[in-house]
Amino acid sequence: MVDYRVLPAGDTAIVVEFGESIDRQVNAIVLALDECLGSERHEGILETVPTFRSLMVYYDPAAISQAALADHIAGHIRQIQVSDRPSRTWRLPVCYDTEMAPDLSDVAARAGLTTRQVIERHSGLVYHIYMLGFLPGLAYMGDVPEELVVPRLRTPRLKIPAGSLCIAMAMSLIVPRETTSGLNVIGRSPVAMWQPDDGALLKPGDKVIYQPISLREYHDMAVRLEAGNLKIEPVTEQSEIAA
Amino acid sequence: MTAFLKILRPGLMTSVQDLGRSGYQSLGIGSSGALDPVALRAANLLVGNNPGEGALEVLYLGPAIEIEAQSVRLSFVGARTTIEILPNIEAKIGSCIEGQRSVLVKRGEIVKIRSIVGGASLYVGIEGGLNIDPAFGSVSTNIRAATGGWRARALMEGDQLPLRRPQALDRGECRLDGITFFPSARIRVIPGPQLHYFEEAEIAWFFDSEFTVGTSDRVGMRLRGQRPLQHAKGFDIASDAIAPGSIQVPGDGQPIVLMADRHTTGGYPKIATVISADLPALGRLCIGSKIRFESVTVAQAHALRREMLSFLEDLPKYIVPISRLSAPFAPRLFDYNLISGVVDARTGLANPEE
Repeated sequence: MVDYRVLPAGDTAIVVEFGESIDRQVNAIVLALDECLGSERHEGILETVPTFRSLMVYYDPAAISQAALADHIAGHIRQIQVSDRPSRTWRLPVCYDTEMAPDLSDVAARAGLTTRQVIERHSGLVYHIYMLGFLPGLAYMGDVPEELVVPRLRTPRLKIPAGSLCIAMAMSLIVPRETTSGLNVIGRSPVAMWQPDDGALLKPGDKVIYQPISLREYHDMAVRLEAGNLKIEPVTEQSEIAA
Repeated sequence: MTAFLKILRPGLMTSVQDLGRSGYQSLGIGSSGALDPVALRAANLLVGNNPGEGALEVLYLGPAIEIEAQSVRLSFVGARTTIEILPNIEAKIGSCIEGQRSVLVKRGEIVKIRSIVGGASLYVGIEGGLNIDPAFGSVSTNIRAATGGWRARALMEGDQLPLRRPQALDRGECRLDGITFFPSARIRVIPGPQLHYFEEAEIAWFFDSEFTVGTSDRVGMRLRGQRPLQHAKGFDIASDAIAPGSIQVPGDGQPIVLMADRHTTGGYPKIATVISADLPALGRLCIGSKIRFESVTVAQAHALRREMLSFLEDLPKYIVPISRLSAPFAPRLFDYNLISGVVDARTGLANPEE
């Protein structure tokens, strides 16, 4: 039996909340419910927004009452299967060179590690995409190894470039566009997270592996990606193994 | 023959908006759209467009526009303002009209919208619309998301906005009769979704208090209360989705109402959410406005929403022709209508202090 609650977010949306903290199993339920609702196109359900631990469901009150919507969702949750959702795995090139990683040495110093160890640990695992949000194409990838979780900068930077690889608590982010940010920047990817015509590269539920590349490889890939001679595709379409 | 609106001065914040985009929040693209969708619809209807056509949204200070088309029919709906139409770029003096009506302007003429009063927003409807490709189903500008509108940004000096229609249709002008676009001093909300982050007494204080609108833009409206709101158990939540009109309470305890260009997700608790029927009135509030929040149930909000939708359905009934003879006097007469408070009271669109 899955524990959840339904909270109103105004009169045209409800939040189906499965917990208060960031947890992969909770997120897997959120994404499974999102997929159920997304694939069936039930009348009156307009849009869904999955986040770490809850699913927001926008609805048209003229087509479905809040009670009927909650009943409909309860029916899905009773039968929810999270074990065999297919997921995509991406290998994303990331340059950890100090030129592109202004905060790498600070993160290393705080963790009592060398920068090389930070790179090994940060790139040494498979990340899970919990959600997209805040900016178009911004994916929240977790979980960053505990020793690399660092506080925000005291003074935010006015600009960090598109592709900056940042640590935000237990989440690793690649910012889709130039932005102001108080996050620690430990690298940069040449891959566009957002294309105005194609939308977001990544989606919730995808897996990501960071592939460290040199500064030279970064520039080479950036040119080839820009020219359309290189396209980043998911490496596998595999079944997710329940954590 | 070219057909453009050329922006001579952009005003404070003028952008292309329609009724917003739906279906892309899961990718991180918010809904955007007009802050006052009622005024946008009325502006479009006055020039014979579909109510959801893209129009110019003007905040606080109006633009100056040169007509680079044989002729074009424009309308001005929302907060009160004076529109000056000059015969050419050298002219010092032109003729003035009030808003809430359509007008025909010709090549070389300059349309100057002065500062707008009694509300934050004004909409410029354009007969036939702008020739701009929609992005993700809408021409609304979302600056933060760098999506939509005219080059995904606010209008700038020298912009030439392409018109779909090179010449206005041969028909008379119209005005609105019986609708006002005052901001409301009472905004109705549904408590939650993160009500459990606040003590009961604190929630009661929120509903008893008056707030002043502080810095405000299309993303959010900062409110200042007599004192900060206290959180019961911290102000950091695992980021979740943000509905339009969410009232989030960040660490400093001063609430922020999240507007059309809000981020899709955020990590502060949300004490209440403005009901959909009151979002247009929310979009009219200007810096310095005093407001109070009133708690309603979801069922009440749905009833108010139905009333709002039926009012929107009836909008064409509020459009009346301006006869040629009375044309010079019509704006003045309309001004009296505003003062006498002929409004649709059902929708709460009127200023309750009237």
